[in-house]
Amino acid sequence: MSEVVLRTHALVKRFGGIVATNDVSLVVARGARHALIGPNGAGKTTLINLLTGMAPPTSGRVELLGQDITTLAPHKRVGLGLVRTFQINQLFASFTPLQSLALAVASRLDAARRCWQPVGSDAAIAAETETLLSRFRLLEHAEQPTRELPYGKRRLLEIALAVAQQPKVLLLDEPAAGVPAAERADILATVAALPADVAVLLIEHDMDLVFSFAKRITVLVNGAVLTEGAPSAIAADARVKAVYLGDVETAHA
Amino acid sequence: MLTLLFDGIAYGMLLFVLSLGLAVTMGLMNFINLAHGAFAMAGGYIVVLLMQKAGWPFLACLPAAFVLTALLGALLERLLYRHMYGKPHLDQVLFSIGLVFMAVAAVDWGIGSEQKYVQLPEYFRQRFEFGSGALTLGMGSYRLFVVIVCVLLALVLQALLARTRFGARLRAAVDDPRVAAGLGIPVDRVFMLTFAVGSGLAGLGGALGADLLGLEPNFPLKYMVYFLIVCAVGGTSSITGPLVAALVLGIADVFGKYYVPKLGSFIVYSLMIAILLWRPQGLFVRQGSR
Amino acid sequence: MRASLLADSRWRPWEVVAWVVLWALPVALPSHAALINEIAILALFALSLDLILGYAGIVSLGHAAFFGLGAYGAGLFAKHVMPDPLVGLAVAMAASAVLGLVTSPMIVRGSDLTRLMVTMGVALVLYELANKFDTLTGGADGLQGVVMGSLLGVFEFDLGARVASVYSMAVLFVAFIVLRRVVHSPFGSSLQALRDNRLRLSAIGLSVNGRLAAVYTLSAALAGAAGALLTQTTGFASLDAFDFHRSADVMLALVIGGAGWLWGGLAGALAFKVLHDLIASLTVQYWTFWIGFFLVVLMLVGREKLLRPWTWWKRQP
Repeated sequence: MSEVVLRTHALVKRFGGIVATNDVSLVVARGARHALIGPNGAGKTTLINLLTGMAPPTSGRVELLGQDITTLAPHKRVGLGLVRTFQINQLFASFTPLQSLALAVASRLDAARRCWQPVGSDAAIAAETETLLSRFRLLEHAEQPTRELPYGKRRLLEIALAVAQQPKVLLLDEPAAGVPAAERADILATVAALPADVAVLLIEHDMDLVFSFAKRITVLVNGAVLTEGAPSAIAADARVKAVYLGDVETAHA
Repeated sequence: MLTLLFDGIAYGMLLFVLSLGLAVTMGLMNFINLAHGAFAMAGGYIVVLLMQKAGWPFLACLPAAFVLTALLGALLERLLYRHMYGKPHLDQVLFSIGLVFMAVAAVDWGIGSEQKYVQLPEYFRQRFEFGSGALTLGMGSYRLFVVIVCVLLALVLQALLARTRFGARLRAAVDDPRVAAGLGIPVDRVFMLTFAVGSGLAGLGGALGADLLGLEPNFPLKYMVYFLIVCAVGGTSSITGPLVAALVLGIADVFGKYYVPKLGSFIVYSLMIAILLWRPQGLFVRQGSR
Repeated sequence: MRASLLADSRWRPWEVVAWVVLWALPVALPSHAALINEIAILALFALSLDLILGYAGIVSLGHAAFFGLGAYGAGLFAKHVMPDPLVGLAVAMAASAVLGLVTSPMIVRGSDLTRLMVTMGVALVLYELANKFDTLTGGADGLQGVVMGSLLGVFEFDLGARVASVYSMAVLFVAFIVLRRVVHSPFGSSLQALRDNRLRLSAIGLSVNGRLAAVYTLSAALAGAAGALLTQTTGFASLDAFDFHRSADVMLALVIGGAGWLWGGLAGALAFKVLHDLIASLTVQYWTFWIGFFLVVLMLVGREKLLRPWTWWKRQP
């Protein structure tokens, strides 16, 4: 039985009168390929923000590897192995991919507080950075400022920064969003090649990607879990179809 | 002590009128304008010059101060400020500091560095006294006039904002300029008009306050901090916020300077720091505002 | 790859040349020793501001708070405890560092405006306090008669300011070398990352608040050092050490030289002081006016363009 790496207990988030997250209890197992889908406004990004600590829940708990992290600061959760990517790229615009990844690796190795050794003097960090650059097909752009990179490469860098943390749980927020068709293959291949023991929670609208990647799907509607299960079950579920297609089907019936 | 309270209220109301333009500029254009005090100074000097050189009566100079400063504000907005929207706050700060320096130096050179006094008409040099002993309330007639004018202004502005079409457009543009523009609201003109009115108010405040605050070339730098405090503590998304902040500031300053003169504005500055630590977005913040 | 990362931190040849020239100044121009002293002090102050402004992105109009605390700290220490300049310098730096650490929570939260107000507020509060406790500080007259002992037990401070200028230059040099190492270290890299994108920094597991506190404290210590140098080399500390003009001037000097690269503080201080001396000898009013004009034009045109003439005619992409 695979162990549970991430669990939420009755997570609720209220903004004034709006309930963005409604009693969500989620379970993610080690090595999971878990997708979170739902129509726009279903509260997927809010849920991710609750998981990563960027917003405090109104009530409920979040547990990582058995440890209660509900009130833990976001950067500390990363240290424990909970890492996310952003739907809109959050990168260091003036840094090159080389510099960005070097910092990310240094952070994981707890070497980012060194204030005397020059960057690059640690051979292990440099080597690992180079490996990451190569793995994410960023070698040829490694020394260009991030703001000059094509969008698809920036998306890859976004994922690379997350993977550099060697996460135990990786939250991917719409990794393929806005990526031109020509560069999508890179993204898809990267997502498919993630290490087997890393639990991946994928938020996506692209159903092809979801169904080719996920072994388990959770459907979120209006902040609450509508249903959960294997891809084939979800695809056949009439309620899910109704939610996505609205009244179109019944109108044509 | 009641007299002190009254003085504090007068001072606070004056600060309110002076700072309101700045608050709206910050809330609307997200622009930190440290040169706001220069418009106030302009208003003060307009009154002095009109009275001394053109022989105008004091009351007539007040609307003139408003109008002329508003025109100046519109002109500067069109020519200069417009190019600075959207630039980083540091750039805006330095830009407006540059403007203040220019204004201060120009006035110093052109008019002279001695303090200029406004000759208030006779009826403004009266003083009314009520009560006795510790509960004496002494009200200078000029201060009373200032309070009345400022309260009227506040009411008029609130009505303008809440009931007119311009007010509605302004509120929309503050909430979300892009959406407002998409709805056909001429955001550019709203900005310019608002900036002009804000500067005009500053000019009027400067005209009213010349007697109370002291008019000399360093005026903008001396009082800039106070205007900023009103905006930072009162928030920039309402009229009541800066009003309350200005009143608290005015009363605290008057009491502080009376009871502990050596410390001067220490009380005010410490109070500001404490409040901003407790509520970094200011005392009055709407949900979801900037 | 590794070589490329390391290359960033190597001293460029022109940097070595520049320092040789700088060190030659007090020797070659002994009659201008007082000016050189002032330039070195302003440069150190500008370096400290660059740390928080150029590297961490914090806009502060109250950095004079630390400068002033260092100035009065060093003066009071020399008068009442011991006149050794280096010990006094260390004490002043420690005092400013403590103030920086204590006030750092203030600059972490809130908007740019809040930060601006709070930093200004601290400087203003200290000004008022120094004014109030005038039996200790001399109030509006300033702290007078600060007599320093000899430097390293050997060099006496002379009226011609020659020893002073070398002393200030030396402190500046040491600070520069230390900062250069720090800026090119992983910590320094994380600071620049912080300026670029705080959210991302936190998302790779690094503490934003912790770093802000650390850099603010370091910056405060260096600003305090600059203030201490001023008192130690002029024998006098006055309230204008806390003044808004001082905070504005150092920001101006830094902007002229360019924030975000250490040489900006040095170049800016040099340019600022030289310009100031030239123009202010005409009239004080002209200086204020023209510096204001310069600022307005510079901001309209774009801050980064000043020291890069090749961008003056280039279109923005």
